[in-house]
Amino acid sequence: MQKLSNRITIRGKIYERDQVRAATVLLIPTMVVILFLFIIPAVQVVWYSFTNFNLTSGQASFYGIKNFTYILTDDKFMKALGNTFFFAFVKLAIDTTLALALALMLDAHIPVKRLLRSVYFAPVIVPVVASSLIWIWFFDPGIGPFNQILSSLKLPTSQWLYHENSALMSIIIFSVWKGVGYNMILFLAGLQNIPDSYIDAAKVDGANNWQMLVKIKLPLLRPIVAFVVMIGIINAFKVFAEINVMTPKGGPLYSTALMVVYIYEQAFQNAKMGRASAASLLLFIIIMIVTLIQRRLGGKKTIDLA
Amino acid sequence: MRHRKLTGYNWTVFIILAVGSIVMAFPFIWMILSSFKTTADVYAYPPRWIPSSWDWHNYSEVFRMIPFFRYYFNSIYTSVAQTLLEITLSVTAAFALSKLRFPGRNFLINLIRSTMFVPMIVTLIPLYLLVSRAGWIDTYRGIILPQIFSAFTIFLLMSFFVTVPNDLLDSAKLDGCGYYRILTKVIIPNSMTAIGTAVMFSFLGHWKSYTWPLIITNKTNYRTLPIGLKYLVQESSSEYQVMMAASVMAILPVLIVFMFSEKQLVRSVTLTGLKS
Repeated sequence: MQKLSNRITIRGKIYERDQVRAATVLLIPTMVVILFLFIIPAVQVVWYSFTNFNLTSGQASFYGIKNFTYILTDDKFMKALGNTFFFAFVKLAIDTTLALALALMLDAHIPVKRLLRSVYFAPVIVPVVASSLIWIWFFDPGIGPFNQILSSLKLPTSQWLYHENSALMSIIIFSVWKGVGYNMILFLAGLQNIPDSYIDAAKVDGANNWQMLVKIKLPLLRPIVAFVVMIGIINAFKVFAEINVMTPKGGPLYSTALMVVYIYEQAFQNAKMGRASAASLLLFIIIMIVTLIQRRLGGKKTIDLA
Repeated sequence: MRHRKLTGYNWTVFIILAVGSIVMAFPFIWMILSSFKTTADVYAYPPRWIPSSWDWHNYSEVFRMIPFFRYYFNSIYTSVAQTLLEITLSVTAAFALSKLRFPGRNFLINLIRSTMFVPMIVTLIPLYLLVSRAGWIDTYRGIILPQIFSAFTIFLLMSFFVTVPNDLLDSAKLDGCGYYRILTKVIIPNSMTAIGTAVMFSFLGHWKSYTWPLIITNKTNYRTLPIGLKYLVQESSSEYQVMMAASVMAILPVLIVFMFSEKQLVRSVTLTGLKS
């Protein structure tokens, strides 16, 4: 089969000519798409961020680092940045704890396990805007079920989305409901990957459930926790739809404005494309830093457990 | 080895999970029940959980308030087109990357992986300007084309394609198949479940897509369902029961897909989630 003419040497390695040709043809469409959707826009966003590009006038001229100095001294940007980290950490703390607890419980031997798992996972796949509509009603201070239940139990009610102190927390409650199933599935898979022999050996040594959890299960889940935390922080920098639907204009006193809300506002409401580009460049840099920190912290600790 | 009897501990766990699952499902139950409520039911005190009558008034109200059919059609049309394009791109790329030897393969894999770290918002402004200069604002092309690439889908498919035995490929080669025939006659038929999963994932993702269609459509005619729902919130001014009817219609197709494909969806979440 292997004809000599089919061989091709590229940088000291031997390939099959028709394989290389097929790969090229098959990958060209993807390469073109990446070029137009990522590479060109990435270069442009850097360029725009140093201009005063205005969408309404269409004018753009070099603007130095003025966009960056503007943003970094803009109260709204700082507020949005703070909100994003608050959202990320509070949501992660609740979400991760809950997902872990659910996974540990679902890993036990219980009836209708699959049905239960599906119910917890269902909100993950439901479109975010459609589910936001339900929760807008839930959060209604007057005729919303939350306040109705709270007041019938003689508990203090809340203004939910309509007060600066509770608005972002309300969005977090919604996000936990929406997303907890995803992390739960990841933890569950991690638990099911723990070899039975580990568990059996621990039992022989007389370990109780608690010791088994702390000494065996949690340490082995550590890489997944690290992954979930990283994705959680990155995702906080992508949240937009639920906020735009539930609290247009960033909520009371800008209290629910996350980074994307700020960028959207600058670009499409204020027409400040240059400034918005600079903000999205900063957002990208923050994400890179978070990723690098996670690599540093998560990378080492995972191997010695195997 | 794992066949144990249900102990008191197991029953306690079960009860906690069952109560929790009612909390999780409550928004959906509330949505369906409330979509039949009248305005009087909504404002009733003490609150009414079950509607006083079962009529479809709120559903017809949705169609009166917004061009719901048009939004629905737009969503189906754009989601299907995006899914088809994305799957075609991803299948060919995943095949080349997982089964063919060529120079620059690792570079390409890393390039594709790095796109996962670029959130949509970073490229949003240049893409918007690109599309608007092309005159594609308020066109299906404008909605569809910028959303046909997903590194996630490529990696999902690659993880399945590598499991197709190389022996199958070699024997097809001996039968005189070229690489394109190998793709269509060997790889694709052997990975139908995987491709099906990728199709569902891709479709669900496009169905809920929000930010891009929001900025790229000004005219009602080209709005997709999520954008239509956002405007319904503004126009219905707290007529919650009407919003619920609209949500039911937007969520139901997704829940049906989910019920039939729950197993594959869950499996791919773990697969791609843990791999990346």
